[in-house]
Amino acid sequence: MTQTFNQFQGTQSYLTNDSLEAAVNCAIALERPLLLKGEPGTGKTLLAEAISEALQKPLLRWHVKSTTKAQDGLYVYDTVQRLYDARFGDGDVKDIKNYIRLGPLGEAFSASERVVLLIDEVDKADVEFPNDLLNELDRMRFFITETREEVVAQQRPIVLITSNNEKELPDAFLRRCVFHFIDFPDEDLMRQIVEVHHPGLDKKLLSQAMQIFYKLRNVDHFRKKPSTSELIDWLSALTSAGVKKIEWGANLPFSGTLLKKEQDVQIFDALMERSRNWRP
Amino acid sequence: MLVPFLYALRAEKVPVGTQEILALAEALKKELHGYSLLGFYHVAKSLLVHSEKHLDAFDRTFSRVFHGIESQREELSKNLFDWLENPVPFLDDETRKMIENLDPDELQRLFEERLKEQNERHDGGNKWIGTGGSSPFGHSGAKQVGYRVGGQGRHRSAIKVAGERRYQGYRSDQTLDIRQMSVALKRLRAFERAGQEEELDLDATVYETARNAGELEVVLRPPRRHNTRVILLMDIGGSMTPFSRLVSQLFSAASKAAHFKEFKSYYFHNCIYSNVFTDINLYQRFPIARLMQECRRDYKLIVVGDALMAPYELMSPKGAIFFDHEETRTGIECLKEMRDHFHRAVWLNPEPKKWWPNTTIETVASIFPMYNLTLDGLQDAVAFLMRQQNAPPPTL
Repeated sequence: MTQTFNQFQGTQSYLTNDSLEAAVNCAIALERPLLLKGEPGTGKTLLAEAISEALQKPLLRWHVKSTTKAQDGLYVYDTVQRLYDARFGDGDVKDIKNYIRLGPLGEAFSASERVVLLIDEVDKADVEFPNDLLNELDRMRFFITETREEVVAQQRPIVLITSNNEKELPDAFLRRCVFHFIDFPDEDLMRQIVEVHHPGLDKKLLSQAMQIFYKLRNVDHFRKKPSTSELIDWLSALTSAGVKKIEWGANLPFSGTLLKKEQDVQIFDALMERSRNWRP
Repeated sequence: MLVPFLYALRAEKVPVGTQEILALAEALKKELHGYSLLGFYHVAKSLLVHSEKHLDAFDRTFSRVFHGIESQREELSKNLFDWLENPVPFLDDETRKMIENLDPDELQRLFEERLKEQNERHDGGNKWIGTGGSSPFGHSGAKQVGYRVGGQGRHRSAIKVAGERRYQGYRSDQTLDIRQMSVALKRLRAFERAGQEEELDLDATVYETARNAGELEVVLRPPRRHNTRVILLMDIGGSMTPFSRLVSQLFSAASKAAHFKEFKSYYFHNCIYSNVFTDINLYQRFPIARLMQECRRDYKLIVVGDALMAPYELMSPKGAIFFDHEETRTGIECLKEMRDHFHRAVWLNPEPKKWWPNTTIETVASIFPMYNLTLDGLQDAVAFLMRQQNAPPPTL
């Protein structure tokens, strides 16, 4: 390597693989946003924290909701506050700057050091939302109309965007992103992940739990298959309740941490019912 | 090497263009791939692919285009990795001098020679090769076997990784499940401000208050509501039986969609004649004349059917096979009438596209814009339904 990079290689508590590291390092080196997709619970959001921890950069979060508009991320002009102040004589009404509040994107641009910016669940917002951000993410600058000032990123932030696939993202947006799809971890990696979160877990309990977990994942028709975060929660529940032994069966302890939808619980019960009748 | 790869990807319908190849070239210039094919695979994947539905096509193309590049070296490196678990980090002067004086070809030749002689792990050989691979000289040795040795101990070859085809499940030309369908149908939406004025219009309030010299003047407006009305017409029975599961999935996705202001569904058999049916057993008649009377033109009409029938069933008034009811019009007339009534109508066909030519499907497709009932087809159909202007129907 002729150049040194902020090579990201995961952290103590966040395990990665080649593919994910390549994507992250690409995004950092090429200064493009990294778009993360994958099943819920595979650690898309946690990756931002891991990057921020590994590279020692502050993390800014922008949680997108269905009502979020692109403008909210840049800045908001607080007209109501200004009117209110004008009426009651509070604050410095003359200076419009006092009523410009930077959004997460605006803060990331104006920060003096390079920051990690997480735009979480971008697909929650309106379909036009990503398009509205294209220019700002591309050029890393925007204009505040009210003050006629331009906010330019001194250090292009490391932008992470997560999506749960609820809406398709526009092509023009996708073209500007580095894309990574987080696979569901295989059994080996899952063991390592569990080891990170529950060090020194009873071997027997772990292998029983893993067996049941993968059996559940293989059940078709579940609307929400249990994923990594569910397994970790479940193990927490099991260990704190002091359960030593678990069996595949109708009264699976703490199954509520694994199956979160009512339909899924019904499917599971029906499955148990059938398997009970099956055996002589 | 790169450009043919890009065109191979384009041939597989992975949308890559100039922007992607420039990004990839930049990444390679910055040495992000670390001079290994596996590194290149990961970098290329993250830059060229933008959606998980293209991952499978990418993997297939990658293994086809780059197949054989590392196969002859696979054998060598496999054993080497076992030896190189603990590479010796420092070079002694003698070795360093030796390596510096070698040109790459010579290095490779020596390297392979050494490997052939070396049948088991022993310290000398390990040290020589190990340092060669993991030292800074790995750079110049990158095009040689040396770089393969110098990997970080995650010993999977790129071709192997690509060959696993782990993303098959995300391919979009496969037919779909309910979740995917509802995601696709989600785009079928539009907003309208109508009804009771109950939402605070902040901008107008501020404006009016300011006009009112600071005395508060509240302005209300009706909230934004969904304004898509959808009619789903489903062909059932007969030649549609193999697709009944698919159609019922589409039905449940559409009927559960929360963003339709109105959703109506009717059934028909084979072709639409003067009546459609409100029940799945085809007992309750519902005249299409009444349907068109009740439903304004801005309803989106989605017809699901294989459109596969005997020509007379489409062209003759006697085509309808309901003997208890005198039919006076041909199926094709009724189809045309429906199409003309609604601003936007599509036909979704579960039959694979290659069976379409030279059948009644072709005739029906000349009336209704027809799409395949796959994720891609459904998305295109929804896009067509949402388009404002008169868009050309899809080409067969």
